[in-house]
Amino acid sequence: MNHGKTRIILLFLALPLTLYAVLVVSPYAQAFQISLTSWSGFTAGKPFVGFDNFQRLFQDPDFWQALAHNGLLLLVVPLVTIVLGLFFAAMLNVGGSGGKVAGVRGSAFYRRVYFLPHILPVVITAVLWQFIYNPQIGLLNGGLEAIGLGGLAHSWLGDPTVALWALIGVLVWAGVGFYVVLFSAAMQSIPKDIFEAAELDGAGRFQTLTRITLPLLRETVQVAWIYLGIHALDAFALFMVLAPSGGPDNSTMVLSQYLYLSAFQKGHFGYATAIGVLLSLLSLLMTALTFGTSRKKTTIEF
Amino acid sequence: MNTLPPAFSRRALLRSTAVAAFAVSGAGLLASCAGSSGDSGAAAEGKVTATNPFGVAEDAALDVVVFKGGYSDDYARFDEKLYAKKFPKAKVSHSGITEIATELQPRFVAGDPPDVVDNTGAKKMVLGTLVADGQLANLSDLLKAPSADDPDTTVGDTLLTGALVPATFDGKVMGLPYVFTVHGFWYSKTLFDKNGWTWPTTWDGLTALAAKIKKAGIAPFAYGGTTAPDYFLQALIALAAKQGGADVIKAIDNLEAKAWQAEPVKAAAEAIAALASSGYFLKGSEGLDHTQAQTAWVQGKAAMYHSGSFIENEMKSITPDGFDMVFGAVPPLSATGSLPQTALYAVAGETYVVPAKAKNVRGGKEYLRTMLSKKAAVNFTKTTHALTVVKGATGDEDFGSTALGSVTKAIDAAGDDLFSTLFTSWYADLATTLKTEIANLLAGRTDAADFLSAMQAKADTVAADSSITKFKR
Repeated sequence: MNHGKTRIILLFLALPLTLYAVLVVSPYAQAFQISLTSWSGFTAGKPFVGFDNFQRLFQDPDFWQALAHNGLLLLVVPLVTIVLGLFFAAMLNVGGSGGKVAGVRGSAFYRRVYFLPHILPVVITAVLWQFIYNPQIGLLNGGLEAIGLGGLAHSWLGDPTVALWALIGVLVWAGVGFYVVLFSAAMQSIPKDIFEAAELDGAGRFQTLTRITLPLLRETVQVAWIYLGIHALDAFALFMVLAPSGGPDNSTMVLSQYLYLSAFQKGHFGYATAIGVLLSLLSLLMTALTFGTSRKKTTIEF
Repeated sequence: MNTLPPAFSRRALLRSTAVAAFAVSGAGLLASCAGSSGDSGAAAEGKVTATNPFGVAEDAALDVVVFKGGYSDDYARFDEKLYAKKFPKAKVSHSGITEIATELQPRFVAGDPPDVVDNTGAKKMVLGTLVADGQLANLSDLLKAPSADDPDTTVGDTLLTGALVPATFDGKVMGLPYVFTVHGFWYSKTLFDKNGWTWPTTWDGLTALAAKIKKAGIAPFAYGGTTAPDYFLQALIALAAKQGGADVIKAIDNLEAKAWQAEPVKAAAEAIAALASSGYFLKGSEGLDHTQAQTAWVQGKAAMYHSGSFIENEMKSITPDGFDMVFGAVPPLSATGSLPQTALYAVAGETYVVPAKAKNVRGGKEYLRTMLSKKAAVNFTKTTHALTVVKGATGDEDFGSTALGSVTKAIDAAGDDLFSTLFTSWYADLATTLKTEIANLLAGRTDAADFLSAMQAKADTVAADSSITKFKR
């Protein structure tokens, strides 16, 4: 009796599943297969070398350096972006003074302005910041000198001690707006009577923020953390435009960039694919860890 | 009353697994279909005559792929017209693209590459890889063939000294570099004349000039630290070679032990490190890319910029009128060097290759022979202000370009004393390390000794790595 239903379900699922298998799963399988070869990219044949690529990868100091840089990105970018996003979202939604649960004056304007960087294509953002970071005529050094902080002027993309932080700054700048909107939406879905009840109980604004608003946003923050974590592992376009050879003294090389340069500049396609396989495993691991450690048994419904 | 959906039956599970397995193996089959080499049948042979030395069939089509960059691709259309005049029955197809490797890689893997490829640009194919994979045709018969203008001279004899070096692997010529580039310092004649500065003939003279320029309030040198610090490699090699002879470069290219620790190389590295420690570089150069540095240079913020002769064409739209860009060769460290003061770092670029599996290999070689005719060479220099590898094709004519005039004079003065280095195109890993380390040297983060030991260490690692194909010169 219900066999017919199952058959129809499978029939409708067959096409999307096949598309998924061919377009998503099989490239992963092919990637794993290529990572076991020493393919140079221009021949039809791919000489098999087993796990040689992975062995060399683990002994490659450049790989570990790039991984360390990705690790730093993974720690800093989600943290800073989410904290800033939450702060701005709180200001724009519940930060207003005067009794009502509303944002500060001009919230509508700020909301649009904060979202603007997210609309810009990554390459345009990169070129824009290249001009801002120009040590000679750029906005940043010029601005610092104008307000008397000329001592803080650096060669932002040329100094190994600040280059990576300069790039992290751009990543955060470009990403905060989206999360302000995301968290704003989440905050606005919290019923106003919860806030009114808290106010009646004598909770101050900061207490409301930390004890009520943030816990209710837990799942949204978790999702944001995963998005940003994957973004930190994948950071590519920005780094390729602002630091095409890995930055001063290799201080901004990230795994995705190392992968690209190994494949297209050095002709080591097998090696590059091995990096790709490791990257995807890392992303999976990170996602699994995030879901695993932050799952709570009780979810609040409203 | 809704019943819960039935549990997934075993039959349904097996069926869906079969579908998935079929899809994956199907994809694998498709991939292997794409991977099998195409039919590489030899093109029909035409009659070998004096004007058709390779025996190109008169109706064989020619597929030309050109890099559309700073030199554009109009010169290629001109050359194709010349070819079509000789073979009116042949269909000549032209594509001017910027991403050579990206667009041609699938064609190479499928065994269906074009007949002639201009392998240049940021996304060019790695020449060493193509050679190691046997993907390119040997051009020795092209060099032995009679030249297009004078049947008594071979093509090889019409070329400038060292033109074929960048495309020679283990003594075999696997490509034709077409554009002859000299590397050295570039400056504005107008600026120098205004201040009464002349181009020095010794390195000490250059540092003294730099001190004068700095006093005048202009930065003596500029460089693009984030993208092109390796432009100064040619200066380093020029200093080392002029001091110790071309064997110094050969040792470096051949990855010999202690090649980077030779005395001339040490002296050269120290000379360049001294520029950094004397503060002769435009402030903030290490954080500029080459476009920003070059713009600052033509705007007068820096006096001298080290680059190849492509710089004039590259900065054409930004250089202000009356700049009068001219070339200044790197002056030697001392008067007792192994090479004369007029010796030049000169290298041919814009390498044209004929893929071995192309359908019309003979036509490809004939097209290259056409490009090396005087007519084609003069047309190229007239439209791009860049020299071809054809010796003396344009005589003293400078087509209104001060840069070209100064380059021609320098090449004439140098005669056969032209040298260049190859390791950056042979060993990508070493080239990457060079870029990082020379940026450190120019920024003053490391000194000459650290730079040289870092380069030597990487050279030794590459030499010991058996998975990297080695070349010798």
